[in-house]
Amino acid sequence: MSTLEVTDLTISRPDGVRLVDEVTFDVDRAEVVGIVGESGSGKTLTGMALLGLVPEPLAVAGSMRLGGRELVGQSAQQWQRTRGREIAMVLQDPSSALHPMLKLGEQLTDHLRTHLGMGAKAARARAITLLEQVHLPDAEELLRRFPHQLSGGMKQRVAIAIALACEPSVLVADEVTTALDANIRVGILRLLDELRRTTGMGIMFITHDLAMLSSFADRVNVFRRGVIVEQATATELFTNPQHPYTHELLDAVPRIPWKMVDLEAVGSATEGNRDDA
Amino acid sequence: MSAPSVDSVGVSTDTPTGAPASSGGAGYTRFVLRRVVASVITLFGITIVSFGISVLVPVRAETVNLSQQALANPEVVAAFREKFGLDLPIWEQYLRYLGGLLHGDLGISQQTGNPVSTDLANYAPATLELVVYATLLSLVAGVAFGIIAAAMRNRWPDHLARLVSLIGVSVPTYWLALVGSTLLFRQLGWLPGSGRLDATMMPPPRATGFYTIDSLLAGQFDVFQSAVAHLILPAAILAISTLGMILRFTRSSVLDGLSTDAVKAAKVKGLPHRRVLMRYGVRMASSPIITVAALSFGFLLAATVYVEQIFSWGGMGQYAYRASTNLDLSAITGISVVVAVIFLLVNFLADLLASAFDPRIRLQ
Amino acid sequence: MTKTDVVAAVRQATTTELHRRHRRLPAWMRRPGTIFAFVVLAFWLLIIALPVLRPYDPLATVGPALAPPGPEFLFGTDALGRDNLSRTLAGATVSIPNGIAIVVAAATIGTTIGLIAGFFGGWVDEVLMRLADLVFAFPSIILAMAIAAALGPSIQNAVIAAAITWWPAYARAVRSIVLAMRESEFVLSNRLSGVGTFRSIVIDMLPAVLGSVLVLGMLDMGAAILFLAGLSFLGLGAVPPTPEWGSMISGAVQYFDEWWLAVAPGLAIVTVVLAFNLIGDALRDQLEPRLQEMTGEQE
Repeated sequence: MSTLEVTDLTISRPDGVRLVDEVTFDVDRAEVVGIVGESGSGKTLTGMALLGLVPEPLAVAGSMRLGGRELVGQSAQQWQRTRGREIAMVLQDPSSALHPMLKLGEQLTDHLRTHLGMGAKAARARAITLLEQVHLPDAEELLRRFPHQLSGGMKQRVAIAIALACEPSVLVADEVTTALDANIRVGILRLLDELRRTTGMGIMFITHDLAMLSSFADRVNVFRRGVIVEQATATELFTNPQHPYTHELLDAVPRIPWKMVDLEAVGSATEGNRDDA
Repeated sequence: MSAPSVDSVGVSTDTPTGAPASSGGAGYTRFVLRRVVASVITLFGITIVSFGISVLVPVRAETVNLSQQALANPEVVAAFREKFGLDLPIWEQYLRYLGGLLHGDLGISQQTGNPVSTDLANYAPATLELVVYATLLSLVAGVAFGIIAAAMRNRWPDHLARLVSLIGVSVPTYWLALVGSTLLFRQLGWLPGSGRLDATMMPPPRATGFYTIDSLLAGQFDVFQSAVAHLILPAAILAISTLGMILRFTRSSVLDGLSTDAVKAAKVKGLPHRRVLMRYGVRMASSPIITVAALSFGFLLAATVYVEQIFSWGGMGQYAYRASTNLDLSAITGISVVVAVIFLLVNFLADLLASAFDPRIRLQ
Repeated sequence: MTKTDVVAAVRQATTTELHRRHRRLPAWMRRPGTIFAFVVLAFWLLIIALPVLRPYDPLATVGPALAPPGPEFLFGTDALGRDNLSRTLAGATVSIPNGIAIVVAAATIGTTIGLIAGFFGGWVDEVLMRLADLVFAFPSIILAMAIAAALGPSIQNAVIAAAITWWPAYARAVRSIVLAMRESEFVLSNRLSGVGTFRSIVIDMLPAVLGSVLVLGMLDMGAAILFLAGLSFLGLGAVPPTPEWGSMISGAVQYFDEWWLAVAPGLAIVTVVLAFNLIGDALRDQLEPRLQEMTGEQE
């Protein structure tokens, strides 16, 4: 049984138009599943559905099972207990996602105390551990800082730390590197990769950038207009793309030939000389 | 107020090193110092403006102050002009004026014959008490309804709130005071209509000048009750005049706060809904609200000119009204300086408070 | 929000309604509040334009002093036996046009200063903005009161005093638009191709600036009329015997029992100001997000 099983997920507008149409995929333990597509393909909406945050007029049908438990049709209260605790999300722009007026320590611990009932001291200790997990130095000092005093990359690491806090089984990463400079992206991807191996957390990585997934994802789902048009392991997808749309996306991406050679030689997209990337 | 570019702090490579630029309460002390300097400069500006206004008068000072007989005598006129330094160059006159101000000399009131500063010192506490309570009232109601309006956006409470604030802004304060006083005092007799206390009562021993506080300190509960009863109508009427502004401001600030990604992130964390509303909507609105509170205080301070006369309040407002209708120029300019200084102080304090809530302000 | 976006928003705000083919009136005009407002304003316009609509001569004694409202005098008479209703109607001629004059004067001064400050920058900008800040240091009524008193009581002086108090808001708004547009690409390309300073201001910036100034002016209209009436209430505006709403209410303060003396002019003020505010509110709702960018969250 996979950690997360999404079956025939359908999100439709009141007028009947389906924005996400019978989407089916899994996320296993410690697995990175890539969700790729252009804007409007339904990938973000799928991510929102996993957190029960699909906006009002839209209706959600189908099945989403987390550890065997059905999420579709949960009550609002149940959703509030699921969010941040069993499923976490990291948003695209850390500058606007963090509360500008609260200290970082506050932002790292408030949901800890809500979900796990931790006391102030325990929560603080956990916050320091989390900051160390995402490789931010001077954790104690950092707790007292405000978001605007940090760089973009640091803020995103804090956002990831917040997501990790309650040890969720699945992390939804929605375009988490899009707002960052190219040279910082690598660090974030490396961090996520390390985290999924150490915590066993599954990652659903939403992006429009196919190139990023080539070295990072285990399996990839290609979204187009609400439908998954291709679903394969990363190796298969990049060496032998089936659907014409996938071809289009791949053609649009500047290819790094040596990388492809690596994939073939090693036989898996999750190994290789990523440290040089 | 805008947040600075976040890439200006920290390095662009992702190796997290070093402490951020500012330290020690995130730059609070430096911000305070900057504000103090700015306030002092504004203080000088105020004196220049009020001096400038007194220079505007198209009629020569001696014509107003001397009798016909004296005016006919050039020696008397010359002596008068010399005494008041009217023939000195402008900047010298300004310096004399400034010197006088620093000694607390605001001129002599033409109607009371007292130094303006003495008059104001006597009348100020009454006005301050009224304005403080009116501002608090307006704030409490305005913020509460503003939050409700934001939380129930575009539903009927929102529309009602906006209608009420619109009407509140369209009514002249003095007219409302008159109508309210006639209705609730004259016709219905529910509330007292004039003065700060019942005619038969003696004011409490003077500690702060606020009858409400002083009476409590002296244990005179009947005086306290009377003071409160007399405060209700004028404070409520003043509060109505700024209610609309505060409500609208709160509403839009809360909505702004709620529309940020931070709210989405908070929901994603699984924080309960009410927590999100308060922490994000209201908290983000806290510094604009503090700013608008200071603005309201200043506005109401000025509005007492309209209202005190009708309630025979015996404060600066009534003094200003009489000065205005009698064209008592020295009193008027004196009042404007004092009010501006009070306003400056209130804004300064508001800035300190707002930046304590919102650290981004400290960078300005 | 980048500066180019601000420029785009401003241009959109000023040209959208003009260029769209009007099959129906724009949304803000169709709201019930706005329609009511237009009706009210039309009424008052009529009153101003047609003096014959007044039952009696507002300056003449036509009946007993302090007579209560009755069939002969719908809103009673004042202390000098003049018809209250006629005086109230005549007051519109004083209050409304002069209120508009305040806004026009403040907007003109403010726009000019804002354009100069924004365009030339440097110390010119600093000095002008310090001047604006000085005005803001005083609560507006107090400052206007002081200026009007110094100049002497008259309607013209009241208008001048009020305009002096109001121009900074316009100057700030215009300046921020100019600053945003200065950096925009199309202005830069104009300067590169040798277009002179003056032409640059007039052709590039003025249209966008005018649009937002017009909107700001509309929003201020009601407040300006209130302000003017307030100054008259303090004895610093209209001089008796000229009928003016504020001074009429001031005269009514001593006559507590003769409630009609204050009610008529008060109602007049409320209806006019409410009408202007309703229109302004509807306009603001329509343009809300763009307006906030222009004025930088000021109200």
